[in-house]
Amino acid sequence: MDVSAKWWTDLAALAALGGIVAYALFGGADFGGGVWDLFALGSRKKEQRLAIQRAMGPVWEANHVWLIFVLVVVFTCFPRGYAALGEALFLPFHLALLGIVLRGASFIFRSYQNTAPGAAAETSGWGIVFGAASTIAPVLMGTAFGVVTQGRIGLGPEGEVLALHPATWLSRYAVTNGLLALSSCAYLAAVYLTNETQGALREDFRQRAMFAGTTTAALAGLVLLLARRDAPWFFGQLLSERTAPLVGLGLVCFAASGWAVLTRHFRLSRLFAAAEVALLLLGWGVAQYPYLAYPAMRLDKVAAPVATVRFLVLTLPVGGLLLVPSLWALLRVFKSGSQSRLPA
Amino acid sequence: MTSLAAARLQMTVSLAFHMVFAAIGIGLPLLIVIAEGLYLRSGQKHYLALAKRWAKVMGLLFAVGAVSGTVLSFELGLLWPRYMELLGAVVGHIFGLEGYAFFLEAIFIGLYVYGWDRLSPIVHWWCGVVIAISGMLSGVFVLGVNAWMQVPVGFQLEGGQVVVSDPIAIFKHPLWAYMAWHSTLACYTAVAFAVAGWYARQALRGGANAYTRTAIIIPMVVGSICAILQPLSGDALAKYVFQTQPVKFAAMEGQFQTARHAPLRIGGWPDEDAEVTRFAIEIPGGLSFLATRDPAAEVPGLDRVPRSDWPNVGVTHLAFQVMVASGVALAVLSVWFWLTYARAGNGLFDRRVLLGAMALATPVGFIGLEAGWFVTEVGRQPWIIQGVMRTHEAVTPAAGVRPLFVAFSAVYLLLAATVVVLLRRLASAPIEGALH
Repeated sequence: MDVSAKWWTDLAALAALGGIVAYALFGGADFGGGVWDLFALGSRKKEQRLAIQRAMGPVWEANHVWLIFVLVVVFTCFPRGYAALGEALFLPFHLALLGIVLRGASFIFRSYQNTAPGAAAETSGWGIVFGAASTIAPVLMGTAFGVVTQGRIGLGPEGEVLALHPATWLSRYAVTNGLLALSSCAYLAAVYLTNETQGALREDFRQRAMFAGTTTAALAGLVLLLARRDAPWFFGQLLSERTAPLVGLGLVCFAASGWAVLTRHFRLSRLFAAAEVALLLLGWGVAQYPYLAYPAMRLDKVAAPVATVRFLVLTLPVGGLLLVPSLWALLRVFKSGSQSRLPA
Repeated sequence: MTSLAAARLQMTVSLAFHMVFAAIGIGLPLLIVIAEGLYLRSGQKHYLALAKRWAKVMGLLFAVGAVSGTVLSFELGLLWPRYMELLGAVVGHIFGLEGYAFFLEAIFIGLYVYGWDRLSPIVHWWCGVVIAISGMLSGVFVLGVNAWMQVPVGFQLEGGQVVVSDPIAIFKHPLWAYMAWHSTLACYTAVAFAVAGWYARQALRGGANAYTRTAIIIPMVVGSICAILQPLSGDALAKYVFQTQPVKFAAMEGQFQTARHAPLRIGGWPDEDAEVTRFAIEIPGGLSFLATRDPAAEVPGLDRVPRSDWPNVGVTHLAFQVMVASGVALAVLSVWFWLTYARAGNGLFDRRVLLGAMALATPVGFIGLEAGWFVTEVGRQPWIIQGVMRTHEAVTPAAGVRPLFVAFSAVYLLLAATVVVLLRRLASAPIEGALH
């Protein structure tokens, strides 16, 4: 593979990684919202659910599209890798998919089943499905991350996927990764919600952020501890000169967001929590480089022909020019907290 | 049931389900933009009430379409990894273009559905326009990928390696343009007649106020234009299929033997064992004429290829007949509607026979849409990518396809039932604003 081809595939991998970060920051928080809906507790149970409903309603579909973006970049630029991952992770991907479908459908069904305002706050069948699916899907996606970093997906000489024992994605390392993904989503959601609520309700979400933050810290420590034994290559990569600064900075941001939550600096806590998740995911990507999945799928080995990769990469700035201002408008209209109208 | 059969059925169920919502995502925003535009021009409240009601429906159905579309983007790779490996390498980036359009649609749906009180009326209307355009474009891009499965161009296989010579070859291929044109019209037609039919039923039950009349007229304008243009696009597409996929063409028409003066068959049932299509009304030379403009021209039959390369002739022929019949029915209904309107004006809304026919036609556009898709996809078999890869070569070796097919079918059934219940509930909710 010549130098320019490598350059294009690296850019494509970066785009996929960027998509994963965006999906985690936006879509991940929506999953976390579902978790807090399921675990809405106390005297302000209904208010909690309404706040989640208000926060997600206008944006969750756009947030969800980041997942599609990642899929498209991977199957276009790394088609052989996509096919192999689809075979190896056939069951967990399908189960995650069920979770994703039920989460989206139940969210909209719940808000349509009763036209009275505030009906979404009542406990209902679709409400429970919404919460349960939002909880299960991130666990399964995190588990898939675990299997990939563990280096368990092998390819034969013909490129065929070597059979993966079903217990692989139920291993303690993979499942701990899944739980880490879940608690990170819950943490992000709680921190974001402190920015979109007031008074006692805000305190509710602040408490949830402290709980999820503590859990996330513990699980992250546990994943690192397990990685040392169960995913030694990945562990070594994480501590390499290339990756360690990103991971270190991510952990600093995590600590800073925790401090900001404790001291009620809500805007700062949102900034630091988002930076934490983004940096740790970037660290994951940099640690994996140059592999889509270690050890069998090096990016250049599973890449599409350069003409295809180049075409896709070149459409990114054009797509970005359309999408970034649109996303900005969406967030500005619904997340700025003001009821003001955009200028005509 | 084999794993292959289960995977094919799962694709059938997933696509048939998604297609309804995708078509609504293309057609309904156009109707909404027209209604809201009429409100902005005239200030009459019933236009606004209509736009708001339809936007509620769009909000629900778009969400279901978004999640069922996500299932498809996963399943293409999960169920057909070898297919996705080749497709991704050659035309995956066309899904990328579709992705941008879909992304825009999702963003502006949020702005539109939740933004009635937050955006100025004109900005709000423009958000609707973006939804209508991006919805239509995302369909047109997906058809680029589908057209490529029918005429896989732009690459060579050199010693097992894919070499892409032209990443946009399919966009230069006429088949894409014909398919895009035909399918987009089909989506508008299906949605328009379904909406008009629903309100025709309301008019039959309770008489037609300004709200109901508008709810019939707007979709009838859109639906009639498309239904009358549709035979032209269908004719152009069929001629192109004749040139590029003669086996599919022969199956569509139930033409077993290669023949000059081939007849056009209306109805009939192809008997694959006897290699003859029975019970059809035959117009001598009609098929040769439609395919080539020459009634004496030779039409290659299924006998040109070994039986192992035949699609299911019965299904392909039947689906083709259903599609054509539904198209003709809607074109006739359009002419009937507008002739009546020209003579009787609003008196049309007292013509119970016409309104009854429209109410009966509510699902006809969707039946035609699904049937047309069956023609395209079943007619392509046994190939998943025409002439390059057979469907059975593409299926995943992974275990568990059958139970997952059952599980996903159950979920689709649940979603479909819930959507019906919620739409009925929505329909019975009081209409906002003043009515007369």
